[in-house]
Amino acid sequence: MPQLAEEQLAQGLRLPVNALDYAILIVYFLVVLGIGFAVRRSVRTSLDFFLSGRSLPAWVTGLAFVAANLGATEILGMAANGAQYGAYTVHWYWIGAIPAMVFLGLVMMPFYYGSKVRSVPEFLLHRFGPASHLLSSVIFAVASVLIAGVNLYAMAIVLQALLGWPQWVAIVVAAFFVLAYITLGGLSSAIYNEVLQFFVILAALIPMTVIGLKRVGGWGGLRHSLSARHGDDFLSAWGGTGIGHPNSLGANWLTIVLGLGFVLSFGYWTTNFAEVQRALSAKNLSAARRTPLIAAFPKMLIPMVVVLPGLIALVMEPALGRTGSGLSYNDAIPVLMRDLLPNGVLGLAVTGLLAAFMAGMAANVSSFNTVFTNDIWAAYVRRGRPDAYYLSTGRWVTAAGVLAGMGTAFIASSFSNIMNYLQTLFSFFNVPLFCVFIIGMFWRRATAAAGFWGLLSGTVAAMVNYFGLYRQGVLDIPSDQGANFVSAIVAFVVGGLVMVTVTLFTRPKPAASLVGLVYGTSSPGMQPPPEAGDDAWYRRPALLGWGAVLLAALCYVPFSL
Amino acid sequence: MNRPQPPAGTRLFDVRLVIGGLFTLYGLMITGAGIAASDRDLDKAQGININLWAGLGMLALGLGFLLWLRLRPAVPPSPAERE
Repeated sequence: MPQLAEEQLAQGLRLPVNALDYAILIVYFLVVLGIGFAVRRSVRTSLDFFLSGRSLPAWVTGLAFVAANLGATEILGMAANGAQYGAYTVHWYWIGAIPAMVFLGLVMMPFYYGSKVRSVPEFLLHRFGPASHLLSSVIFAVASVLIAGVNLYAMAIVLQALLGWPQWVAIVVAAFFVLAYITLGGLSSAIYNEVLQFFVILAALIPMTVIGLKRVGGWGGLRHSLSARHGDDFLSAWGGTGIGHPNSLGANWLTIVLGLGFVLSFGYWTTNFAEVQRALSAKNLSAARRTPLIAAFPKMLIPMVVVLPGLIALVMEPALGRTGSGLSYNDAIPVLMRDLLPNGVLGLAVTGLLAAFMAGMAANVSSFNTVFTNDIWAAYVRRGRPDAYYLSTGRWVTAAGVLAGMGTAFIASSFSNIMNYLQTLFSFFNVPLFCVFIIGMFWRRATAAAGFWGLLSGTVAAMVNYFGLYRQGVLDIPSDQGANFVSAIVAFVVGGLVMVTVTLFTRPKPAASLVGLVYGTSSPGMQPPPEAGDDAWYRRPALLGWGAVLLAALCYVPFSL
Repeated sequence: MNRPQPPAGTRLFDVRLVIGGLFTLYGLMITGAGIAASDRDLDKAQGININLWAGLGMLALGLGFLLWLRLRPAVPPSPAERE
């Protein structure tokens, strides 16, 4: 009974919040509503609602791109991974995010933005046709609602433990605010709140990390205590990852590089519409390409204020994650908030966490309403209505999505580590999609039927591998994370093989219909003239992209010696 | 600017105003808490007056955004769009 465990934990983690802390929280809620009302006046067309009228500057979309991923489940989950797996957690950032973000900006964005699609599934419609379009739209809509539910459930548990709010109060309050500001302002509201949340959560995490480091005796003291207790490999990114060598992550260097670094990461960052939508709302192609590249730089530094606090929490509370202690790994950040932050900064941390939950949920809801309205409703159910009809549909779908998210929240309760649950979902939904995209973008011959069957077989293969082979004990993989990496590789390989096989037996699409969608083609008139100032050296995508990859590689140096 | 249809961004209010305003207000509130810090607060934060430092940092960030907005305002909407 998970509820019982949470009840016990609620006593131990209650934060000593006072009126100042609540004032900070209330100011934030008022600002969020204010943004919704202010943005509402500027939303006139469905393009304004779903893609911010393709008008935002690159620094805003770039910060929103990283903030859409910096939801509270990510913050709590990655701190949990830090406490559980040690320095291996940096792989989720430096090999598991940066290369894929750079690839999105340099290679894939010209196809996405240049083809003027409104969503990732719509690209499939042009490249492969309606069958794969509908399949991926439905899969995405279902996944978004599930993940929004995970966010809500996780938030309810945390607020119950920290503030003593009953779970239903937390769910209703957060869902109401997300519903209000997205229904009012659409994607612009979501993006503005993401940028705001990004600064608030950093303003809380940085002081927490500074105080925490002082408490454990600096980096040297942290290293000393953890090495003494968990061995030298605990603070090494690659130590103990040889094939056949047991380690806490349950994965070896090959499954880390292929499963996490290539398949899972590229699947998430390049085809997850909740992310890509932020880049599609940029004001021109140059800003769209720079969106994930600008995001790569803050993303690289986030382990310093997320994974590092996880390690600090493990030194301060050695019982963290042990059975019987009443503290799970997910409590790493709440423990630090309770033990280190005085009122004031504490209120900021609570606000940042709540804002991060709402932003994570809002990212899913705003991408869900776009895909459902444009790719399912407008494409297959009610075609050819006036624009105002789809704008109002988008608002109703937002409400339905938030309600469905509340309903699915309970599914998350059967997993102990929230991050594992999200990773599992991504391996089922994003990896086959990435496989179909990458083959479709680079192999002109790939046929419409191949797109559909590749997508379907990849998704089924990942599910069979995870639930059929790993959960039933047929495959012996030491941890859930290790199983995720393997499922992702299986999904990619099966999807790819099926695509190649089906292509060889079906008729390719005529070359004229693939212009602007496949590598090596570009359609005339699609290249917009560069804006003044976009040729400045610090705005060149190649420099930003390769700079990010180089810096990420350098980040590994202190953890590899 | 001779675009036929100004993009929605020029109609949207500027996010820099929101960040600048909120962080200036938060900066003042938290700096205040730092000035009035009790010994218990200081002990809890390992002897660092974290409210003071975080508050001043947030105040600087907020004022920085407001200054940026003032020095480089967004392109105003064209007369046709203002109605």
